[in-house]
Amino acid sequence: MIDTLEMFKIFNKYRGNSIVLSGRGGRHWQSVSEQPDLDIALGDPAMGGHSSFALGLALSRPNEKVIQFDSEGDVLMGLGALPTIADKMPNNFYHFMLDNGVYGTTGGQPVPNAENIAYDMIARGSGYPNTYAFDNIEDFASSIEEILALEGPVFIALKIIPEVTNVPIGQRVKWQTRTRDQIISDFKNRIGVNN
Amino acid sequence: MSTQKAELSPDLIINEFKKQGVTHIVWLPDSETNFLYLLMEQEPSLTLVPVSREGHAFSTAAGLSTGGAKPVILIQNTGLMESGDSLRGWCMGMNIPVVLMIGYRGYTRHGRNADTAATYTEPFLNAFNVKYYLVESNDDADRISWAFEDAEKIQNPVAVLIGDEFHGFN
Repeated sequence: MIDTLEMFKIFNKYRGNSIVLSGRGGRHWQSVSEQPDLDIALGDPAMGGHSSFALGLALSRPNEKVIQFDSEGDVLMGLGALPTIADKMPNNFYHFMLDNGVYGTTGGQPVPNAENIAYDMIARGSGYPNTYAFDNIEDFASSIEEILALEGPVFIALKIIPEVTNVPIGQRVKWQTRTRDQIISDFKNRIGVNN
Repeated sequence: MSTQKAELSPDLIINEFKKQGVTHIVWLPDSETNFLYLLMEQEPSLTLVPVSREGHAFSTAAGLSTGGAKPVILIQNTGLMESGDSLRGWCMGMNIPVVLMIGYRGYTRHGRNADTAATYTEPFLNAFNVKYYLVESNDDADRISWAFEDAEKIQNPVAVLIGDEFHGFN
């Protein structure tokens, strides 16, 4: 099992000027990232749509790498997005998926058939030309540079250690230092979008 | 005496997309929109993004817009209703100025509605406080332009209900 913070520290060495969608790993990525204006930490606008959002971003920014840290719960809720991504074949898109096996923000209930799903095979079967699955940090560390040198779309499933939250939403400690609107505004300013 | 039937030309819709600077059509087809698909596919300024469930159209459009593109969503009213949370979270919640072209299945101006898809379409849009225009023929072309203008003005989705009961959308 992979520690999310340690994984992000390794990934950050190879991040370059990529656009990063930190997803459910946002709390950890915020403490590692050195380019917050290229980070898009959306929280959860609506579950099941994160990979589609990332696809849209990748299609609109074809000259920049778009790196998403998705979650297995979100992927399961929007599996139909995978064939669309493979259909459009964005060569700048790197689709990492953090798989802790549970719904971590609702108390840690397991996702359906948590122990038996091969997400990398689902992605491969959907048409992703390159897919990976890692369950330890050593293999991830030795492969990440090679993965980011490939043409996308690439799917990378990561078995991570669950970090379960089990307190009411209103009582949770907020880790975000910017609002979603500020994040989008900072990002658009950085890339020069005025819409 | 012959009866003149009003029609909504697919060329008119494509030309409106070009006029508005649309870059991507995020859509899920149904059999009635195939004639529009062929024209869209042939138009070099438009990139089609096919989704497999309508809710994905809203998140995809949000990503496109955030990156500087100008998407349009083209789906049927049935899929719109399936997409409530995605409409709310990805487009309304993120202030995405996107036009939703909605095939108004079951719509009839002169007949008796026999399709619950039509029954609930406008109440659905009203519940989400999404402004909409009904377009039935080429005479309504300005309404498509107004939808684009309104979406930019309010930085939120605006819908165009394609209620062409003569030509083939429904």
